[in-house]
Amino acid sequence: MKFKVNGHEVFASTGGRPFDKKKPLIIFVHGSGLTHMTWVLQTRYFAFHGYNSLAVDLPGHGLSSGKSLKSIEEMADWVSSVIDAVGHKEASLVGHSQGCLVTVECTSRYPNKIKTLSLMGGAGAIPMNPELLSLAENNDPKAVDLMMDWAHGPAGHFGGHPVPGLYHINTGTMLAKSRTIQNTLGVDFRACDNYKNGFEAAKKIKCPTLSILATDDKMCPVKEGKKLASLIDGSQVDIIDNCGHMMLLEEADRVLTVLKKFITTNYPPLSS
Amino acid sequence: MSDKKKELKPNTYKFDTLSLHAGYQPHKNAGSRQVPIYQTTSYLFDDVDHAAALFNLERGGHIYSRISNPTVGVLEERVASLEGGTAALATSSGMSAIFLTVMTLCEAGDHLVVSSQLYGGTVNLFRLTLPKFGIKCTFVKPRDTEGFKKAIQKNTKGIFGELVGNPGNEIMNMPEIAKIAHDAGIPLMVDATYQTPYLCKPFEHGADIVIHSLTKWMAGHGSSMAGILVEGGKFDWMQNDKFPTMTKPYEGYHGLSFAEEFGPTAFTMKARAEGMRDFGPCLSPQNAWNVLQGIETLSVRMKKHCSNAEEMVKYLSNHESVAWVSHPSVPDHPDHELAKKLLPNGRGSMIAFGIKGGKDAGVAFINNVKLASHLANVGDTRTLVIHPASGTHSQMDEATLKFAGLSHDMIRLSVGIEDIDDIKNDFEIGFRAARKPRLVSNQ
Repeated sequence: MKFKVNGHEVFASTGGRPFDKKKPLIIFVHGSGLTHMTWVLQTRYFAFHGYNSLAVDLPGHGLSSGKSLKSIEEMADWVSSVIDAVGHKEASLVGHSQGCLVTVECTSRYPNKIKTLSLMGGAGAIPMNPELLSLAENNDPKAVDLMMDWAHGPAGHFGGHPVPGLYHINTGTMLAKSRTIQNTLGVDFRACDNYKNGFEAAKKIKCPTLSILATDDKMCPVKEGKKLASLIDGSQVDIIDNCGHMMLLEEADRVLTVLKKFITTNYPPLSS
Repeated sequence: MSDKKKELKPNTYKFDTLSLHAGYQPHKNAGSRQVPIYQTTSYLFDDVDHAAALFNLERGGHIYSRISNPTVGVLEERVASLEGGTAALATSSGMSAIFLTVMTLCEAGDHLVVSSQLYGGTVNLFRLTLPKFGIKCTFVKPRDTEGFKKAIQKNTKGIFGELVGNPGNEIMNMPEIAKIAHDAGIPLMVDATYQTPYLCKPFEHGADIVIHSLTKWMAGHGSSMAGILVEGGKFDWMQNDKFPTMTKPYEGYHGLSFAEEFGPTAFTMKARAEGMRDFGPCLSPQNAWNVLQGIETLSVRMKKHCSNAEEMVKYLSNHESVAWVSHPSVPDHPDHELAKKLLPNGRGSMIAFGIKGGKDAGVAFINNVKLASHLANVGDTRTLVIHPASGTHSQMDEATLKFAGLSHDMIRLSVGIEDIDDIKNDFEIGFRAARKPRLVSNQ
């Protein structure tokens, strides 16, 4: 579906079901340089089971217009505006990688709006490798290739996608190259590198929170994810073996199973 | 030790490694080092919720082997990885891959622009069969790049061609024709069976969908029929209103928009969800496994195919019984320079040559070679020969033969990987017989 936030058109996938204001809202926030497409193996389930499932394209990404937002704080405010724009008062947030920084900041800023928070491959800070940052800011496609290499664990490099026939390293590469790299990945990487408030924001979070971490995650290692989770009262942690940072594709079923249990328990769907 | 900072380099697996490993993780398959053959029609659901989730495309997994199968899935991912594509869908043959591609793209009333230099079966599909479904085609000679542009109509939904035409070895100027297609907002579909991704990756030159008959060089062993369509992932289906079945809500899946939901894999998802469901040209797991065995040695075989082919080009070019030789490695081949650009790892192992003495000489040659096999296939590890005018293209009338660039003296040679001296010795037997066609045929 398309709607406007701050005067710019936003695209969000609804998981193949029409948007229904009566249903509780889950917003999925993608990682650096990517799009709503990364959530396809999670969003459709919730859309068919009593939720409004909105996998957004951040401004300037995927099918959304406007320019990429330059800071995590701006993105956090933008997510709050998305809730308003679709006519809801509250939502459950799910983030991946950079999307975790955004949803942590958003939850700390708008505690009354956010009912549950699910973090995948999250950390309190994501400092960027200076060379990788420079490549992305200079529009070098090597930045995407490096990101896809590091983002997949050793097993993920072989493939074996849950959806038959999809080769996810190439799919991720294509998503990240679908818009101008320096205007998406470059801006996102800089925003991640600049963001320093993650640990302080985490301390303010009171809603039920889940962290899904992966043993072979080189971008947001388990140690960093646990450090963030330890600052959030009552936070649950689930660790996936033999999986890298792209857990939502590499181990899509496992992620969905954990996410489903957490969200349906803490933020029940509209019963049919 | 040097103080120089180490340059960052992606460590994703390279071609030879992917051809052995892509698409498969042993630890998820009881530790089986070899890809298991999942010889089953159907798959247990965990519960009703799981079944519904699979049918609604809410999660990945298998329902019924007409739609997908784990062994076939490994093959699909492996070929997608080798081509640099986002997704692939394997089919029971190369022809069914072409048919499925067209039926995923087009509706009755649509039009395609098609290269005239195609395998005879493909020509008949486009010329005779697709019009029965209301899909019309305009044929253009592959070297007539401007002709492709002129042939595009309002209802044209794509351009289709073989990268190297069968059997005349004409090469499509893929980068230029891709630009023509993209300027018109339509995709370029390329049958790259002759090349395999070892010789050419069409996505790097602008193709949007790549099709293979896996029966040929990809498998190599000539034991199994198989085909595949591979998606490049770059084509924007939402850029215009030409592809409503990709972009509008689809009644067959609860109002799903394939382009919105699946983006760079939308075409493959639609081909599987709709095409395999409704037409069902599925690949058997045994054949998928057989093809995987071939792909493991693809680069090793292709090097030998190409070196043997270049030796045969030299041999034939200097032979008194040969009137002409067509192969992109020959300097006076009209597409020699284009071939260097598009086929940097080798120009392929298909040679067309004209035998002096015309049709009778051709028949005598074919009937007398012993090592080379006379059959309707290409891309086997064994050397194959056929006389197209009386074989693969025999269903064409004179005018169509001429338009397809075929002559009665033409012999199509698919060079195998036998010892090159043995192939040449065998051809000497054929040529000797061709010089005395009447005498040999009476023996």
